[in-house]
Amino acid sequence: MSLSVRIAHDFETFALDVRFAIEKPGITALFGPSGAGKTSIVNAIAGLLKPREGRIAVGDDVLLDTEARIFVPPRERRIGYLFQDSRLFPHMDVETNLRFGWRRAAERASEAEFARIVSLLGLGNLLARRPRNLSGGEKGRVALGRALLSSPRLLLLDEPLAALDAARRNEIMPYLERLRDEAALPMLYVSHSLDEVARLAGNVIVLKQGRVAAQGSVFDILADLEAMQSVDMPSYGAVIDTRVAFHREADGLSVLAFDGGELIVPRLNRTIGSRVRVRIRAEDVMLAAEEPRTISANNVLLCRVTAIHESGAAQADVQLACGKTSFVARITRASAKRLALAPGMPVFAIAKSVIVDLG
Amino acid sequence: MLDSAEIEALLLSLRIATVAVLCALPFALAAAALLSHRRFPGKAMVDGALHLPLVLPPVVVGYLLLLALGTRAPVGHWLLAHLGIRFAFSWTGAALASGIITFPFQVRAIRLAMEAIDGGIGQAAETLGAGAFDRFVNLTLPLALPGIVAGAITAFAACLGEFGAIITFVSNIPGETRTLPLAIYSALQSPGGEAEAAKLSVLSILLALAGVTLAQIADRRIRTYAGR
Repeated sequence: MSLSVRIAHDFETFALDVRFAIEKPGITALFGPSGAGKTSIVNAIAGLLKPREGRIAVGDDVLLDTEARIFVPPRERRIGYLFQDSRLFPHMDVETNLRFGWRRAAERASEAEFARIVSLLGLGNLLARRPRNLSGGEKGRVALGRALLSSPRLLLLDEPLAALDAARRNEIMPYLERLRDEAALPMLYVSHSLDEVARLAGNVIVLKQGRVAAQGSVFDILADLEAMQSVDMPSYGAVIDTRVAFHREADGLSVLAFDGGELIVPRLNRTIGSRVRVRIRAEDVMLAAEEPRTISANNVLLCRVTAIHESGAAQADVQLACGKTSFVARITRASAKRLALAPGMPVFAIAKSVIVDLG
Repeated sequence: MLDSAEIEALLLSLRIATVAVLCALPFALAAAALLSHRRFPGKAMVDGALHLPLVLPPVVVGYLLLLALGTRAPVGHWLLAHLGIRFAFSWTGAALASGIITFPFQVRAIRLAMEAIDGGIGQAAETLGAGAFDRFVNLTLPLALPGIVAGAITAFAACLGEFGAIITFVSNIPGETRTLPLAIYSALQSPGGEAEAAKLSVLSILLALAGVTLAQIADRRIRTYAGR
Protein backbone atom coordinates (compact mmCIF):
# COMPACT_ATOMS: atom_id res chain seq x y z
CA MET A 1 0.00 0.00 0.00
CA SER A 2 1.51 3.29 -1.04
CA LEU A 3 0.37 6.86 -0.67
CA SER A 4 1.36 9.59 -3.09
CA VAL A 5 0.53 13.19 -2.40
CA ARG A 6 0.85 16.39 -4.37
CA ILE A 7 -0.99 19.41 -2.99
CA ALA A 8 -0.99 23.13 -3.74
CA HIS A 9 -3.32 25.36 -1.79
CA ASP A 10 -3.36 29.00 -0.72
CA PHE A 11 -4.23 30.05 2.79
CA GLU A 12 -4.49 33.58 4.09
CA THR A 13 -1.15 33.44 5.85
CA PHE A 14 0.84 30.95 3.80
CA ALA A 15 0.86 28.80 0.69
CA LEU A 16 1.03 25.03 0.82
CA ASP A 17 2.99 23.31 -1.91
CA VAL A 18 4.11 19.78 -1.13
CA ARG A 19 4.85 16.53 -2.90
CA PHE A 20 5.79 13.28 -1.20
CA ALA A 21 5.17 9.55 -1.25
CA ILE A 22 4.97 6.87 1.39
CA GLU A 23 5.85 3.37 0.22
CA LYS A 24 6.06 1.33 3.40
CA PRO A 25 3.81 0.43 6.32
CA GLY A 26 4.82 1.75 9.72
CA ILE A 27 4.80 5.33 10.96
CA THR A 28 5.85 8.24 8.79
CA ALA A 29 6.12 11.47 10.74
CA LEU A 30 4.98 14.76 9.27
CA PHE A 31 7.25 16.94 11.33
CA GLY A 32 7.67 20.67 11.63
CA PRO A 33 6.86 23.75 13.70
CA SER A 34 3.22 24.77 14.12
CA GLY A 35 1.90 26.64 11.14
CA ALA A 36 3.98 24.60 8.69
CA GLY A 37 0.84 23.12 7.11
CA LYS A 38 0.89 19.67 8.69
CA THR A 39 -2.80 19.50 9.61
CA SER A 40 -3.85 20.94 6.25
CA ILE A 41 -2.01 18.09 4.52
CA VAL A 42 -3.74 15.34 6.52
CA ASN A 43 -7.09 17.12 6.09
CA ALA A 44 -6.56 17.09 2.33
CA ILE A 45 -5.68 13.39 2.42
CA ALA A 46 -8.82 12.66 4.47
CA GLY A 47 -10.91 14.78 2.07
CA LEU A 48 -11.86 17.39 4.67
CA LEU A 49 -9.95 20.05 2.73
CA LYS A 50 -10.30 20.45 -1.02
CA PRO A 51 -6.98 21.82 -2.25
CA ARG A 52 -6.80 24.27 -5.13
CA GLU A 53 -4.62 21.89 -7.08
CA GLY A 54 -3.17 18.44 -6.61
CA ARG A 55 -3.39 14.69 -6.81
CA ILE A 56 -3.69 12.18 -3.98
CA ALA A 57 -3.66 8.42 -4.54
CA VAL A 58 -3.62 5.37 -2.29
CA GLY A 59 -2.16 2.53 -4.33
CA ASP A 60 -3.92 2.75 -7.71
CA ASP A 61 -6.96 4.39 -6.20
CA VAL A 62 -7.06 8.09 -7.05
CA LEU A 63 -8.79 10.07 -4.29
CA LEU A 64 -8.17 13.52 -5.68
CA ASP A 65 -7.11 14.78 -9.05
CA THR A 66 -8.00 18.39 -9.67
CA GLU A 67 -7.08 18.16 -13.35
CA ALA A 68 -9.28 15.12 -13.94
CA ARG A 69 -11.93 16.64 -11.63
CA ILE A 70 -11.85 13.66 -9.29
CA PHE A 71 -12.82 14.19 -5.67
CA VAL A 72 -13.72 11.15 -3.62
CA PRO A 73 -15.79 12.26 -0.59
CA PRO A 74 -14.28 11.52 2.84
CA ARG A 75 -16.78 8.77 3.68
CA GLU A 76 -15.63 6.70 0.70
CA ARG A 77 -11.90 7.10 1.20
CA ARG A 78 -11.40 4.43 3.88
CA ILE A 79 -8.83 6.57 5.63
CA GLY A 80 -8.81 6.51 9.42
CA TYR A 81 -8.31 9.84 11.16
CA LEU A 82 -7.32 10.27 14.79
CA PHE A 83 -8.02 13.90 15.67
CA GLN A 84 -6.11 15.82 18.29
CA ASP A 85 -9.32 16.41 20.27
CA SER A 86 -10.52 12.80 19.82
CA ARG A 87 -14.02 13.92 18.68
CA LEU A 88 -15.98 11.10 20.26
CA PHE A 89 -19.76 11.15 19.88
CA PRO A 90 -20.98 12.45 23.27
CA HIS A 91 -24.40 10.78 23.15
CA MET A 92 -23.04 7.29 22.52
CA ASP A 93 -21.27 4.98 24.94
CA VAL A 94 -17.75 3.76 24.18
CA GLU A 95 -18.87 0.56 22.47
CA THR A 96 -21.31 2.41 20.19
CA ASN A 97 -18.55 4.87 19.36
CA LEU A 98 -16.21 1.99 18.52
CA ARG A 99 -18.80 0.33 16.34
CA PHE A 100 -19.75 3.53 14.45
CA GLY A 101 -17.17 3.17 11.69
CA TRP A 102 -17.14 -0.64 12.03
CA ARG A 103 -20.86 -0.80 11.15
CA ARG A 104 -20.39 1.41 8.10
CA ALA A 105 -17.29 -0.33 6.69
CA ALA A 106 -17.73 -2.08 3.35
CA GLU A 107 -15.61 -4.96 4.64
CA ARG A 108 -16.49 -5.16 8.29
CA ALA A 109 -13.87 -6.48 10.68
CA SER A 110 -14.81 -9.71 12.47
CA GLU A 111 -15.97 -9.85 16.09
CA ALA A 112 -12.63 -11.49 16.88
CA GLU A 113 -10.84 -8.49 15.39
CA PHE A 114 -13.10 -6.18 17.39
CA ALA A 115 -12.17 -8.05 20.58
CA ARG A 116 -8.49 -7.96 19.61
CA ILE A 117 -8.45 -4.18 19.17
CA VAL A 118 -10.45 -3.67 22.38
CA SER A 119 -7.82 -5.66 24.27
CA LEU A 120 -4.86 -4.14 22.38
CA LEU A 121 -6.00 -0.68 23.48
CA GLY A 122 -7.12 -1.79 26.93
CA LEU A 123 -10.74 -0.68 26.41
CA GLY A 124 -12.44 -3.76 27.91
CA ASN A 125 -13.82 -2.11 31.02
CA LEU A 126 -14.68 1.20 29.37
CA LEU A 127 -17.22 -0.13 26.88
CA ALA A 128 -20.35 0.97 28.77
CA ARG A 129 -19.05 4.42 29.68
CA ARG A 130 -19.98 7.75 28.12
CA PRO A 131 -17.17 9.94 26.70
CA ARG A 132 -17.72 12.63 29.36
CA ASN A 133 -16.70 10.05 32.00
CA LEU A 134 -13.38 9.26 30.32
CA SER A 135 -9.97 10.79 30.99
CA GLY A 136 -8.09 12.49 28.17
CA GLY A 137 -5.89 9.44 27.65
CA GLU A 138 -8.88 7.09 27.60
CA LYS A 139 -10.65 9.30 25.05
CA GLY A 140 -7.58 9.14 22.84
CA ARG A 141 -7.49 5.35 23.03
CA VAL A 142 -11.21 5.05 22.23
CA ALA A 143 -10.82 7.40 19.25
CA LEU A 144 -7.85 5.33 18.05
CA GLY A 145 -9.88 2.13 18.36
CA ARG A 146 -12.83 3.72 16.56
CA ALA A 147 -10.59 4.73 13.64
CA LEU A 148 -8.91 1.31 13.46
CA LEU A 149 -12.23 -0.56 13.50
CA SER A 150 -13.45 1.29 10.41
CA SER A 151 -11.00 -0.94 8.48
CA PRO A 152 -8.91 1.90 7.08
CA ARG A 153 -6.13 1.35 4.56
CA LEU A 154 -4.22 4.31 5.94
CA LEU A 155 -4.31 5.98 9.34
CA LEU A 156 -3.82 9.71 9.88
CA LEU A 157 -2.85 10.84 13.37
CA ASP A 158 -2.98 14.59 13.98
CA GLU A 159 -0.89 15.33 17.08
CA PRO A 160 -2.80 12.75 19.10
CA LEU A 161 -0.67 13.38 22.17
CA ALA A 162 -0.33 17.17 22.02
CA ALA A 163 -3.35 17.93 24.20
CA LEU A 164 -2.29 15.48 26.92
CA ASP A 165 -0.02 15.90 29.92
CA ALA A 166 3.15 13.84 30.22
CA ALA A 167 1.51 11.06 32.25
CA ARG A 168 -1.35 10.61 29.76
CA ARG A 169 1.12 10.75 26.88
CA ASN A 170 3.12 7.91 28.39
CA GLU A 171 -0.14 6.03 28.78
CA ILE A 172 -0.90 6.14 25.03
CA MET A 173 2.62 5.92 23.61
CA PRO A 174 3.02 2.15 24.23
CA TYR A 175 -0.28 1.49 22.41
CA LEU A 176 0.96 3.43 19.40
CA GLU A 177 4.21 1.45 19.48
CA ARG A 178 2.32 -1.85 19.61
CA LEU A 179 0.13 -0.74 16.76
CA ARG A 180 3.19 0.21 14.71
CA ASP A 181 4.79 -3.18 15.37
CA GLU A 182 1.68 -5.35 14.98
CA ALA A 183 -0.47 -3.74 12.28
CA ALA A 184 0.53 -3.70 8.63
CA LEU A 185 -1.10 -0.29 8.36
CA PRO A 186 0.70 2.76 7.00
CA MET A 187 0.35 5.68 9.39
CA LEU A 188 0.98 9.36 8.84
CA TYR A 189 1.78 10.95 12.17
CA VAL A 190 1.62 14.72 12.52
CA SER A 191 3.83 16.07 15.27
CA HIS A 192 5.94 18.99 16.31
CA SER A 193 7.52 16.97 19.12
CA LEU A 194 10.97 15.64 18.45
CA ASP A 195 10.55 13.12 21.27
CA GLU A 196 7.50 11.52 19.68
CA VAL A 197 9.04 11.45 16.23
CA ALA A 198 12.31 9.95 17.47
CA ARG A 199 10.45 7.31 19.42
CA LEU A 200 7.76 6.28 16.93
CA ALA A 201 8.63 7.11 13.34
CA GLY A 202 10.43 5.07 10.72
CA ASN A 203 10.46 7.86 8.16
CA VAL A 204 10.24 11.60 8.57
CA ILE A 205 8.99 14.34 6.28
CA VAL A 206 10.18 17.71 7.53
CA LEU A 207 7.88 20.62 6.69
CA LYS A 208 8.69 24.27 6.72
CA GLN A 209 6.25 27.03 5.78
CA GLY A 210 4.14 24.79 3.60
CA ARG A 211 7.02 23.05 1.84
CA VAL A 212 8.92 19.81 2.28
CA ALA A 213 12.32 20.79 3.69
CA ALA A 214 13.71 17.26 3.96
CA GLN A 215 12.57 13.66 3.99
CA GLY A 216 14.14 10.30 4.73
CA SER A 217 14.58 7.73 7.45
CA VAL A 218 14.32 8.96 11.02
CA PHE A 219 17.96 7.96 11.56
CA ASP A 220 19.19 10.08 8.68
CA ILE A 221 16.90 13.07 9.20
CA LEU A 222 17.37 13.50 12.92
CA ALA A 223 21.13 13.32 12.46
CA ASP A 224 20.95 15.74 9.53
CA LEU A 225 21.83 19.04 11.13
CA GLU A 226 20.91 21.16 8.16
CA ALA A 227 17.44 19.65 7.94
CA MET A 228 16.85 20.14 11.65
CA GLN A 229 18.22 23.65 11.70
CA SER A 230 16.04 24.58 8.75
CA VAL A 231 12.99 24.10 10.99
CA ASP A 232 14.66 25.62 14.05
CA MET A 233 14.74 22.31 15.85
CA PRO A 234 17.70 21.21 17.91
CA SER A 235 18.90 17.84 16.75
CA TYR A 236 19.28 14.82 18.95
CA GLY A 237 22.25 13.88 16.86
CA ALA A 238 21.38 10.22 16.64
CA VAL A 239 18.45 7.84 16.79
CA ILE A 240 19.60 4.22 16.79
CA ASP A 241 17.64 0.98 16.57
CA THR A 242 19.38 -1.66 18.67
CA ARG A 243 18.78 -5.17 19.96
CA VAL A 244 19.46 -6.39 23.45
CA ALA A 245 22.63 -8.53 22.98
CA PHE A 246 23.09 -9.72 26.58
CA HIS A 247 22.85 -8.56 30.16
CA ARG A 248 25.88 -8.14 32.40
CA GLU A 249 23.98 -9.11 35.50
CA ALA A 250 26.98 -8.75 37.86
CA ASP A 251 27.45 -5.09 36.78
CA GLY A 252 23.73 -4.34 36.45
CA LEU A 253 24.15 -3.41 32.79
CA SER A 254 22.68 -4.35 29.44
CA VAL A 255 24.61 -4.46 26.18
CA LEU A 256 22.78 -3.22 23.09
CA ALA A 257 24.10 -4.20 19.65
CA PHE A 258 23.63 -2.02 16.57
CA ASP A 259 25.07 -1.79 13.10
CA GLY A 260 28.44 -0.28 13.98
CA GLY A 261 29.09 -1.42 17.53
CA GLU A 262 27.67 -1.87 20.99
CA LEU A 263 26.25 0.44 23.60
CA ILE A 264 26.22 -0.19 27.32
CA VAL A 265 23.24 1.05 29.34
CA PRO A 266 21.83 0.38 32.82
CA ARG A 267 20.11 -3.03 33.04
CA LEU A 268 16.91 -3.01 30.94
CA ASN A 269 13.94 -5.13 31.80
CA ARG A 270 13.85 -6.60 28.30
CA THR A 271 14.49 -10.09 26.92
CA ILE A 272 17.59 -10.76 24.86
CA GLY A 273 16.95 -10.03 21.18
CA SER A 274 14.16 -7.46 21.77
CA ARG A 275 14.28 -4.18 19.87
CA VAL A 276 15.15 -0.99 21.72
CA ARG A 277 15.40 2.45 20.19
CA VAL A 278 17.89 4.81 21.80
CA ARG A 279 18.85 8.43 21.28
CA ILE A 280 22.19 10.13 21.77
CA ARG A 281 22.19 13.92 21.91
CA ALA A 282 24.89 15.78 20.03
CA GLU A 283 25.74 17.66 23.25
CA ASP A 284 26.42 14.33 24.99
CA VAL A 285 29.13 13.19 22.59
CA MET A 286 32.81 13.99 23.16
CA LEU A 287 35.53 13.29 20.61
CA ALA A 288 39.06 11.96 21.05
CA ALA A 289 41.73 11.63 18.38
CA GLU A 290 43.34 8.69 20.19
CA GLU A 291 41.63 5.83 21.97
CA PRO A 292 40.95 6.92 25.55
CA ARG A 293 41.91 3.93 27.70
CA THR A 294 41.39 5.28 31.16
CA ILE A 295 38.02 6.98 31.14
CA SER A 296 34.85 6.55 33.18
CA ALA A 297 32.47 6.58 30.20
CA ASN A 298 31.28 3.12 29.11
CA ASN A 299 30.50 3.94 25.53
CA VAL A 300 33.49 4.64 23.32
CA LEU A 301 32.91 4.08 19.61
CA LEU A 302 35.37 4.24 16.75
CA CYS A 303 33.83 6.47 14.06
CA ARG A 304 34.79 8.36 10.94
CA VAL A 305 34.16 12.08 10.45
CA THR A 306 31.84 12.65 7.48
CA ALA A 307 31.23 16.39 7.70
CA ILE A 308 31.73 19.41 9.93
CA HIS A 309 29.18 22.23 10.19
CA GLU A 310 29.90 25.41 12.06
CA SER A 311 26.94 26.47 14.14
CA GLY A 312 26.24 29.18 16.67
CA ALA A 313 28.94 31.52 17.82
CA ALA A 314 31.64 29.04 18.71
CA GLN A 315 30.22 25.62 18.00
CA ALA A 316 31.01 22.94 15.48
CA ASP A 317 28.66 20.05 14.78
CA VAL A 318 30.67 17.07 13.67
CA GLN A 319 28.80 14.46 11.68
CA LEU A 320 30.11 10.96 12.29
CA ALA A 321 29.58 7.51 10.81
CA CYS A 322 29.93 4.40 12.91
CA GLY A 323 29.29 1.44 10.65
CA LYS A 324 25.98 2.36 9.01
CA THR A 325 24.89 4.51 11.92
CA SER A 326 25.10 8.30 11.94
CA PHE A 327 26.05 10.29 15.02
CA VAL A 328 26.59 13.95 15.67
CA ALA A 329 28.92 15.51 18.19
CA ARG A 330 28.55 19.14 19.22
CA ILE A 331 31.94 20.50 20.27
CA THR A 332 33.57 23.91 20.25
CA ARG A 333 35.26 25.17 17.12
CA ALA A 334 38.44 25.55 19.13
CA SER A 335 38.37 21.83 19.94
CA ALA A 336 37.75 20.93 16.32
CA LYS A 337 40.78 22.96 15.33
CA ARG A 338 42.94 21.48 18.09
CA LEU A 339 42.03 17.91 17.02
CA ALA A 340 42.55 18.91 13.36
CA LEU A 341 39.25 17.27 12.46
CA ALA A 342 38.60 16.74 8.76
CA PRO A 343 36.20 14.59 6.75
CA GLY A 344 37.43 11.00 6.47
CA MET A 345 39.42 11.12 9.70
CA PRO A 346 38.89 8.35 12.26
CA VAL A 347 37.95 9.54 15.78
CA PHE A 348 36.70 8.01 19.00
CA ALA A 349 33.25 9.18 20.04
CA ILE A 350 32.51 9.07 23.75
CA ALA A 351 28.79 9.05 24.57
CA LYS A 352 28.28 10.51 28.03
CA SER A 353 24.64 9.49 28.13
CA VAL A 354 22.28 7.30 26.12
CA ILE A 355 18.55 8.00 26.27
CA VAL A 356 16.42 4.84 26.27
CA ASP A 357 12.64 5.14 25.68
CA LEU A 358 10.68 2.21 26.96
CA GLY A 359 6.92 1.98 26.82
CA MET B 1 -66.10 21.12 38.66
CA LEU B 2 -65.93 21.53 34.90
CA ASP B 3 -69.02 21.25 32.77
CA SER B 4 -69.05 19.38 29.48
CA ALA B 5 -68.57 22.52 27.35
CA GLU B 6 -65.51 23.48 29.40
CA ILE B 7 -64.01 20.01 29.14
CA GLU B 8 -64.70 20.14 25.42
CA ALA B 9 -62.79 23.44 25.12
CA LEU B 10 -59.88 22.04 27.14
CA LEU B 11 -59.58 18.84 25.09
CA LEU B 12 -59.97 20.76 21.85
CA SER B 13 -57.16 23.12 22.87
CA LEU B 14 -54.86 20.22 23.69
CA ARG B 15 -55.70 18.41 20.43
CA ILE B 16 -55.19 21.51 18.28
CA ALA B 17 -51.87 22.35 19.99
CA THR B 18 -50.58 18.77 19.68
CA VAL B 19 -51.46 18.45 16.01
CA ALA B 20 -50.11 21.93 15.25
CA VAL B 21 -46.73 21.26 16.92
CA LEU B 22 -46.25 17.76 15.49
CA CYS B 23 -47.21 18.73 11.94
CA ALA B 24 -44.96 21.81 11.99
CA LEU B 25 -42.01 19.85 13.46
CA PRO B 26 -40.66 18.25 10.23
CA PHE B 27 -40.78 21.63 8.48
CA ALA B 28 -39.11 23.29 11.46
CA LEU B 29 -36.33 20.65 11.42
CA ALA B 30 -35.76 21.20 7.71
CA ALA B 31 -35.74 24.99 8.08
CA ALA B 32 -33.38 24.85 11.08
CA ALA B 33 -30.98 22.48 9.31
CA LEU B 34 -31.00 24.73 6.24
CA LEU B 35 -30.32 27.87 8.27
CA SER B 36 -27.81 26.45 10.76
CA HIS B 37 -25.09 24.98 8.58
CA ARG B 38 -25.61 26.10 5.03
CA ARG B 39 -24.86 29.29 3.20
CA PHE B 40 -26.98 30.15 0.21
CA PRO B 41 -28.07 33.29 -1.63
CA GLY B 42 -31.12 34.91 -0.03
CA LYS B 43 -30.52 33.28 3.35
CA ALA B 44 -31.26 36.52 5.19
CA MET B 45 -34.60 36.83 3.35
CA VAL B 46 -35.61 33.27 4.19
CA ASP B 47 -34.56 33.83 7.79
CA GLY B 48 -36.66 36.99 7.95
CA ALA B 49 -39.69 35.41 6.30
CA LEU B 50 -39.64 32.54 8.80
CA HIS B 51 -39.77 35.04 11.66
CA LEU B 52 -42.67 36.97 10.11
CA PRO B 53 -45.44 35.17 12.09
CA LEU B 54 -43.71 36.34 15.27
CA VAL B 55 -44.09 40.04 14.39
CA LEU B 56 -47.26 40.10 12.28
CA PRO B 57 -50.53 40.66 14.17
CA PRO B 58 -52.17 37.21 14.45
CA VAL B 59 -55.34 38.70 13.00
CA VAL B 60 -53.44 39.43 9.80
CA VAL B 61 -52.19 35.84 9.62
CA GLY B 62 -55.78 34.62 10.11
CA TYR B 63 -57.04 36.98 7.43
CA LEU B 64 -54.36 35.86 4.94
CA LEU B 65 -55.25 32.22 5.62
CA LEU B 66 -58.89 33.03 5.02
CA LEU B 67 -57.98 34.67 1.70
CA ALA B 68 -55.95 31.64 0.63
CA LEU B 69 -57.80 28.72 2.11
CA GLY B 70 -61.44 29.82 2.48
CA THR B 71 -63.85 27.44 0.73
CA ARG B 72 -64.33 29.90 -2.10
CA ALA B 73 -60.67 30.91 -2.31
CA PRO B 74 -58.71 29.22 -5.14
CA VAL B 75 -56.42 27.03 -3.02
CA GLY B 76 -59.09 26.19 -0.45
CA HIS B 77 -61.59 25.34 -3.19
CA TRP B 78 -59.09 23.08 -4.96
CA LEU B 79 -58.14 21.27 -1.74
CA LEU B 80 -61.79 20.62 -0.91
CA ALA B 81 -62.77 19.54 -4.44
CA HIS B 82 -59.80 17.23 -5.11
CA LEU B 83 -58.52 16.06 -1.73
CA GLY B 84 -61.55 16.58 0.47
CA ILE B 85 -59.49 18.71 2.86
CA ARG B 86 -61.28 21.61 4.46
CA PHE B 87 -59.53 24.13 6.70
CA ALA B 88 -62.12 26.90 6.89
CA PHE B 89 -64.38 26.77 9.96
CA SER B 90 -62.76 23.49 11.05
CA TRP B 91 -60.46 22.52 13.97
CA THR B 92 -57.80 21.53 11.39
CA GLY B 93 -57.79 25.18 10.27
CA ALA B 94 -57.22 26.20 13.91
CA ALA B 95 -54.29 23.76 14.08
CA LEU B 96 -52.87 25.14 10.82
CA ALA B 97 -53.12 28.74 12.06
CA SER B 98 -51.55 27.85 15.43
CA GLY B 99 -48.79 25.87 13.74
CA ILE B 100 -47.89 28.79 11.50
CA ILE B 101 -47.96 31.36 14.32
CA THR B 102 -45.70 29.21 16.56
CA PHE B 103 -43.41 27.97 13.78
CA PRO B 104 -40.63 30.52 14.55
CA PHE B 105 -40.40 29.26 18.17
CA GLN B 106 -39.61 25.76 16.97
CA VAL B 107 -37.18 26.82 14.24
CA ARG B 108 -35.30 29.14 16.57
CA ALA B 109 -34.79 26.60 19.37
CA ILE B 110 -33.78 23.80 17.00
CA ARG B 111 -31.45 26.04 15.05
CA LEU B 112 -29.62 27.21 18.17
CA ALA B 113 -29.20 23.60 19.30
CA MET B 114 -27.89 22.56 15.87
CA GLU B 115 -25.45 25.45 15.74
CA ALA B 116 -24.08 24.45 19.15
CA ILE B 117 -23.01 21.03 17.86
CA ASP B 118 -19.25 20.83 17.33
CA GLY B 119 -18.65 20.62 13.59
CA GLY B 120 -15.60 18.44 14.22
CA ILE B 121 -17.87 15.60 15.28
CA GLY B 122 -19.49 15.61 11.85
CA GLN B 123 -16.06 15.52 10.20
CA ALA B 124 -15.09 12.55 12.35
CA ALA B 125 -18.30 10.77 11.30
CA GLU B 126 -17.51 11.51 7.66
CA THR B 127 -14.09 9.85 7.92
CA LEU B 128 -15.85 6.87 9.51
CA GLY B 129 -18.07 6.40 6.46
CA ALA B 130 -21.22 8.34 7.37
CA GLY B 131 -23.00 10.24 4.58
CA ALA B 132 -25.02 13.46 5.02
CA PHE B 133 -28.39 11.82 5.82
CA ASP B 134 -26.71 9.30 8.14
CA ARG B 135 -25.02 12.11 10.03
CA PHE B 136 -28.28 14.09 10.27
CA VAL B 137 -30.20 11.14 11.72
CA ASN B 138 -27.51 9.72 14.01
CA LEU B 139 -25.66 12.84 15.15
CA THR B 140 -27.55 16.07 14.44
CA LEU B 141 -31.01 14.91 15.57
CA PRO B 142 -29.99 13.24 18.84
CA LEU B 143 -27.55 16.01 19.75
CA ALA B 144 -30.14 18.70 18.97
CA LEU B 145 -32.84 16.86 20.93
CA PRO B 146 -32.78 19.27 23.90
CA GLY B 147 -33.49 22.12 21.49
CA ILE B 148 -36.13 20.16 19.61
CA VAL B 149 -38.03 19.37 22.81
CA ALA B 150 -37.62 22.88 24.19
CA GLY B 151 -38.93 24.34 20.92
CA ALA B 152 -41.87 21.93 20.85
CA ILE B 153 -42.89 22.72 24.44
CA THR B 154 -42.63 26.49 23.87
CA ALA B 155 -44.65 26.20 20.67
CA PHE B 156 -47.22 23.98 22.41
CA ALA B 157 -47.70 26.54 25.17
CA ALA B 158 -48.01 29.35 22.63
CA CYS B 159 -50.59 27.30 20.66
CA LEU B 160 -52.75 26.97 23.79
CA GLY B 161 -52.87 30.77 23.95
CA GLU B 162 -53.51 31.50 20.27
CA PHE B 163 -56.59 33.67 19.77
CA GLY B 164 -56.48 36.18 16.94
CA ALA B 165 -55.53 33.94 14.07
CA ILE B 166 -58.01 31.24 15.09
CA ILE B 167 -61.04 33.51 15.54
CA THR B 168 -60.29 35.31 12.27
CA PHE B 169 -59.67 32.21 10.15
CA VAL B 170 -62.02 29.57 11.55
CA SER B 171 -64.39 31.60 13.75
CA ASN B 172 -65.62 30.65 17.23
CA ILE B 173 -67.60 27.41 16.82
CA PRO B 174 -68.30 25.45 20.03
CA GLY B 175 -66.82 21.94 19.86
CA GLU B 176 -65.01 22.70 16.60
CA THR B 177 -62.86 25.79 16.99
CA ARG B 178 -63.71 27.16 20.45
CA THR B 179 -60.41 26.65 22.31
CA LEU B 180 -59.78 27.83 25.89
CA PRO B 181 -58.98 31.47 25.04
CA LEU B 182 -62.01 31.66 22.76
CA ALA B 183 -64.16 30.11 25.48
CA ILE B 184 -62.92 32.68 28.01
CA TYR B 185 -63.66 35.46 25.52
CA SER B 186 -67.17 34.06 24.88
CA ALA B 187 -67.86 33.76 28.60
CA LEU B 188 -66.88 37.39 29.12
CA GLN B 189 -69.19 38.44 26.27
CA SER B 190 -72.23 36.78 27.83
CA PRO B 191 -73.96 38.28 30.92
CA GLY B 192 -72.96 36.56 34.18
CA GLY B 193 -70.10 34.70 32.58
CA GLU B 194 -67.38 36.16 34.83
CA ALA B 195 -67.25 33.11 37.09
CA GLU B 196 -66.77 30.78 34.14
CA ALA B 197 -64.12 33.06 32.65
CA ALA B 198 -62.26 33.03 35.95
CA LYS B 199 -62.45 29.24 36.20
CA LEU B 200 -61.12 28.80 32.66
CA SER B 201 -58.38 31.32 33.35
CA VAL B 202 -57.24 29.37 36.42
CA LEU B 203 -57.26 26.26 34.24
CA SER B 204 -55.03 28.04 31.70
CA ILE B 205 -52.62 29.08 34.42
CA LEU B 206 -52.40 25.51 35.80
CA LEU B 207 -51.82 24.21 32.30
CA ALA B 208 -49.00 26.70 31.75
CA LEU B 209 -47.36 25.77 35.08
CA ALA B 210 -47.54 22.07 34.23
CA GLY B 211 -45.98 22.77 30.84
CA VAL B 212 -43.08 24.77 32.29
CA THR B 213 -42.35 22.11 34.93
CA LEU B 214 -42.51 19.35 32.35
CA ALA B 215 -40.16 21.30 30.09
CA GLN B 216 -37.56 21.60 32.83
CA ILE B 217 -37.69 17.92 33.74
CA ALA B 218 -37.44 16.92 30.08
CA ASP B 219 -34.56 19.31 29.56
CA ARG B 220 -32.53 17.82 32.41
CA ARG B 221 -33.17 14.24 31.30
CA ILE B 222 -32.29 14.95 27.69
CA ARG B 223 -29.14 16.89 28.43
CA THR B 224 -27.84 13.87 30.32
CA TYR B 225 -28.75 11.70 27.37
CA ALA B 226 -27.06 13.98 24.86
CA GLY B 227 -23.89 14.00 26.94
CA ARG B 228 -23.87 17.73 27.52
